Amino acid sequence: MKGWSRPLLAIAGLLLLWQIVVTGLSVPEYILPAPVAVLARLYTDASLLWNHALVTLAEMLMALVLGVALGLVTALCLLSSTRLRIWLLPLLLLTQAMPLFALAPLLMLWLGYGMASKVVAAVLMVFFPVTNGFYDGLRHTNRDWLDLASTLNARPWATLLLVRCPAALPSLASGLRTAVVFVPIGAVAGEWVGSSAGLGYLMMQANARVWVDLLFAALFLLALCTVVLYYLTDWWLRRLIAWHKPS
Amino acid sequence: MLDIHLQAASLAYGERCIFDKLDLSLPGGHWTCMLGSSGVGKTTLIRMLAGLMTASDTVRYQGQVSCCDGKPLQGRCAWMAQQDSLLPWCSVLDNVLLGERLRPGRLWRTRSALAEQRDRAMILLRELGLADLAERLPHQLSGGQRQRVALARTLMEDRPVVLMDEPFAALDVITRLRLQDMAARMLEGRTVLLITHDPLEALRLGHQVLELRGRPACLAPPLVPPGLPPRPLDNPRLLALQGQLLAQLREDSIHNEQGLDSNCRPDKRGTDA
Repeated sequence: MKGWSRPLLAIAGLLLLWQIVVTGLSVPEYILPAPVAVLARLYTDASLLWNHALVTLAEMLMALVLGVALGLVTALCLLSSTRLRIWLLPLLLLTQAMPLFALAPLLMLWLGYGMASKVVAAVLMVFFPVTNGFYDGLRHTNRDWLDLASTLNARPWATLLLVRCPAALPSLASGLRTAVVFVPIGAVAGEWVGSSAGLGYLMMQANARVWVDLLFAALFLLALCTVVLYYLTDWWLRRLIAWHKPS
Repeated sequence: MLDIHLQAASLAYGERCIFDKLDLSLPGGHWTCMLGSSGVGKTTLIRMLAGLMTASDTVRYQGQVSCCDGKPLQGRCAWMAQQDSLLPWCSVLDNVLLGERLRPGRLWRTRSALAEQRDRAMILLRELGLADLAERLPHQLSGGQRQRVALARTLMEDRPVVLMDEPFAALDVITRLRLQDMAARMLEGRTVLLITHDPLEALRLGHQVLELRGRPACLAPPLVPPGLPPRPLDNPRLLALQGQLLAQLREDSIHNEQGLDSNCRPDKRGTDA
């Protein structure tokens, strides 16, 4: 079987089982809608769902760009000086120790009802895995390469740019993969607290009106966005670090 | 040709003294091969010469490196380790040109100067039989090819002194012999220190063969094999010497395991150089 056929088959099987359970046990629609009902919603409310998905997707992409940039800079700062590391590391841990769901209302209070508060919430999810992955990679550069660079009379910044950074890419890549999976959590949590658009907003509205099929449809779109984003990132990273052969 | 002297070299890990007040001379333009059992301090010695030692709480070392022309050795020796240390994301050619890329001033160099470096690298690759592989990545090469690229990178630096720490240890016998011949030919006229576990390699390549032994380790008087390197393998004198050296190394390793070491007194030790 090809790489794609197995997961597709598994999903199809799951949907079939779901349909059988719902029809067989006649579960009421407001508890668990049948997959067919969800599919019908996806079709009839396509433009509504798509518009809200675009908002969430925009938040996610903005958060990824900002969070990755912030993560890269933070990791370089951590590497650059021991003194900075002593001050910075507890602060970094503090941002992660506080649950996002507690921070989200504050972010809304400070940054308003619009996109900014959602993007910042998602950035909080993204930048830590990126920082962690990149810093870990930078710290564990192969000793032999650094020795070699030193005997070649390399400038420190050249060693950083041409040896340490590329050597840290595999580790950064695993951080990035984690970040891509986490980013919807931030965006949706931000939207739940208060918003006027986005899949999170749509889910809250649908839930309040017991339109459970719409809720599932929104959830499906969110999952689809995440999966597509993940595979795109993975594909790009694989090409970027094709030289990396894990031992 | 540059004579190198290492004087009063000492090394201790915590309270354990590895060697103390050791003197080592590398005659200019000659190959010096150093043998010794594992853990005797060979690698540390060569790292001290290469300026790669860093002070720490557990390692104390000192020693004076001097060259016959009175200038520092730092920046004038090329380094080749057991691992080829090729950057896996760089092509063979880029790996050979690594020194050029890492050193300051590349941005200000003219296009023709860069092309000249490239041409020189290609000539070296051709001489080592790697010209067709110039655009490959290291993971697409065999172990012997990789170590040849490392040799090309070392030669590209064109330094008067070459320090090699077991550069051929990971290769199979035939590949090792071929690389020994190549290295002997291409590094002729340079001052070379080669660390090895293989007595035959030392006897084939060395103008003089040293053995580091005991604890604290000291250098046995240099052995000068007959003839000029690279010596042919079928020389009976060479094989007899190999037998002697192997017996000696075996005895040393047994001594080391039995812990016949006399610890240096801590008050005798200096701190970091």
